[in-house]
Amino acid sequence: MISRRGFLKYGASALATSGLITTTSGKIFAAAGSGSKDTRWAFLIDTHKCTGCGLCVKACKLENEVPMEANATRTWVERYVIKHDGEVVADSPHAGIDGYTRNDPQGREIPESDIAKSYFVPKLCNQCEKPACVQVCPVGATYQTADGVVLVDRTWCIGCGYCIMACPYGARFFHPVFRVAEKCNWCYHRITKGMDTACVEACSFGARMVGNIMDPNDPLTKIIKTERVSLLKEEYGTSPMAYYIGLDTLVR
Amino acid sequence: MDIASVAQHGMEIHGEAWTVKELFVYPNEFVVWSIQIVMYPYMTGLVAGAFVLSSLYHVFGQKELEKIATFSLAFSFCLLPVAMMPLQLHLQQPFRGTNVFFTPHFTSAIAAFGIVFTTYAFIVASEIWFVYRKFFIDEARRLKGASGLDGIRCMIYNILTLGAYDLSTDALETDHKAAKYLAGVGVPVAAFLHGYAGFIFGSVKANALWMTPLMPVIFIMSAIVSGIALCMLTYICLLEISLIKASVGKGKSENIKSQVRAAQRETIRLTRKYLLMFLVAAISLELLDLIFRGYTAVKSWDILRSVIYERDFNLIFVMQYGLGNLVPFILLLLPRISVKRTVVALVLVMFGVFMMRWNVVIGGQSFSLTFSGFMHYHLPIIPHNWETVKEGLVGALAVIATPYILLVGLNFIIPVVPHFEEKPE
Repeated sequence: MISRRGFLKYGASALATSGLITTTSGKIFAAAGSGSKDTRWAFLIDTHKCTGCGLCVKACKLENEVPMEANATRTWVERYVIKHDGEVVADSPHAGIDGYTRNDPQGREIPESDIAKSYFVPKLCNQCEKPACVQVCPVGATYQTADGVVLVDRTWCIGCGYCIMACPYGARFFHPVFRVAEKCNWCYHRITKGMDTACVEACSFGARMVGNIMDPNDPLTKIIKTERVSLLKEEYGTSPMAYYIGLDTLVR
Repeated sequence: MDIASVAQHGMEIHGEAWTVKELFVYPNEFVVWSIQIVMYPYMTGLVAGAFVLSSLYHVFGQKELEKIATFSLAFSFCLLPVAMMPLQLHLQQPFRGTNVFFTPHFTSAIAAFGIVFTTYAFIVASEIWFVYRKFFIDEARRLKGASGLDGIRCMIYNILTLGAYDLSTDALETDHKAAKYLAGVGVPVAAFLHGYAGFIFGSVKANALWMTPLMPVIFIMSAIVSGIALCMLTYICLLEISLIKASVGKGKSENIKSQVRAAQRETIRLTRKYLLMFLVAAISLELLDLIFRGYTAVKSWDILRSVIYERDFNLIFVMQYGLGNLVPFILLLLPRISVKRTVVALVLVMFGVFMMRWNVVIGGQSFSLTFSGFMHYHLPIIPHNWETVKEGLVGALAVIATPYILLVGLNFIIPVVPHFEEKPE
């Protein structure tokens, strides 16, 4: 039978311990979850400037150990052809790596007189503020850095594929060599050293831009603050951080 | 480079071997969750359902269900490890599976799976122990001093008693009570275990077909249906085996045969109504979900409609609802039911629930996130590498066969297969 003194003693230490656990875990989550005050990486894509050359896809694969011949990619370019009758013919064969040099959307030739408009849309991971992939990772192998980029720990991922299922943008895939979840990280190893991402560097037309949205003097921040920009699939509540200029409503 | 040569160079993306894309699909999209993820809720459902059936006797005192309930409990125990097997076969890094225990990330619906599963396993194992404790002691005493195989069995029984040899009325009463409480706690845990599997799918907001709060409840109902059906089916078959044994065995008489036949009829009569009840509940919920989606017709409905009513029509309406639900429903409801008719109905019910899992897991990945393209899943039948072994027909059959292998093993320790003694007229 436990004495009253003993009960109070053990009770108090149990309370103190649980309090400590709560506070510590709160701090850990706070550190992992919220962005740092100085840096929050963001991306900007000007679809008007994209010519569909596919060099960004090539550069990305070279930089980030994704085999050229593998049918998956960290970044890709989509082609949209909208006909006068309203039909939308969209595709992204081999992620657009070879460039769009022929009139062959979805393998069909569309007479130029039938085309109302057409454009290219580069895509990549949106490094969401509230990433669904991070939420569903059962082991915490996918995590968000303080400056907002979502990374994957290749040594800890169990390869369940839940994150691939959870991403509404189709940004994730299983790496063919490492056999773990793989995704674009906006070349985190480069941007944290003051460099541009591989895709930004490879784009001759300035369609892509990466920057720190917390810095008011960053060219990216200036554009996002002053121009009309939009986001992809906001309805999923993930708060994506890749902004677009000239995004058509037909873009999926 | 075409798919074949990519595969040769080991550059094949997981899912590429069995996915065929049509129209506009994102480059990274493949059917990533394949047959083993169909098997996972199917097997967990069977575990949960078998346990619920056993609890009808242990908790709710349905005395007439005693025999099949005791069998269901043991079968549930055999099915238990098999619920984990598909997940292990599915993981790209199977040796890291235990990471879930080391660093569980609790915002993920999968993170607590290990904990829920282990809790449930302990409950089932302890309940079995309380139910069979007297048997262990009796056997240990009967085989005392034996040598050879019986000596080993004696040792096993002695270990299984865990040193508790008390057979007083009080002690046996306590056993009975403990089993009852464990079965009582086990029912919500079993429901949680499986509802949880439903939540894993239902909470994926990126998937238009999966995302519904009804998913866990639909999963639980269909789980109970499949669990009861499988227990009935296996039990009837085991009775049939003992009937065959009675026919060929020496000194066996018509007496045993009539006992077995009576037991079969009794099982069918008693469990049929529970099966029908849960079947109605499961179908109602599934239809409610379908009607609700059609009525609200949100953005994703266009693509869902073309999947449900056009592309997967045969899989959903002919195979799942028709052959798997409606036909067995009529077969079970018609008067003068025979053993043969019941067996056919039960096989169809099992098939129906399997098709439901298939249509959820594979159906949910048969359309692209673009809502403008489709993906077709081709189950690898003849494997060409390890991936197509474990995530193909071979892997699925291995998962189906395992509980039966375990059942045969368990039968050496505890009497799972029903046994009939000659009764005086």
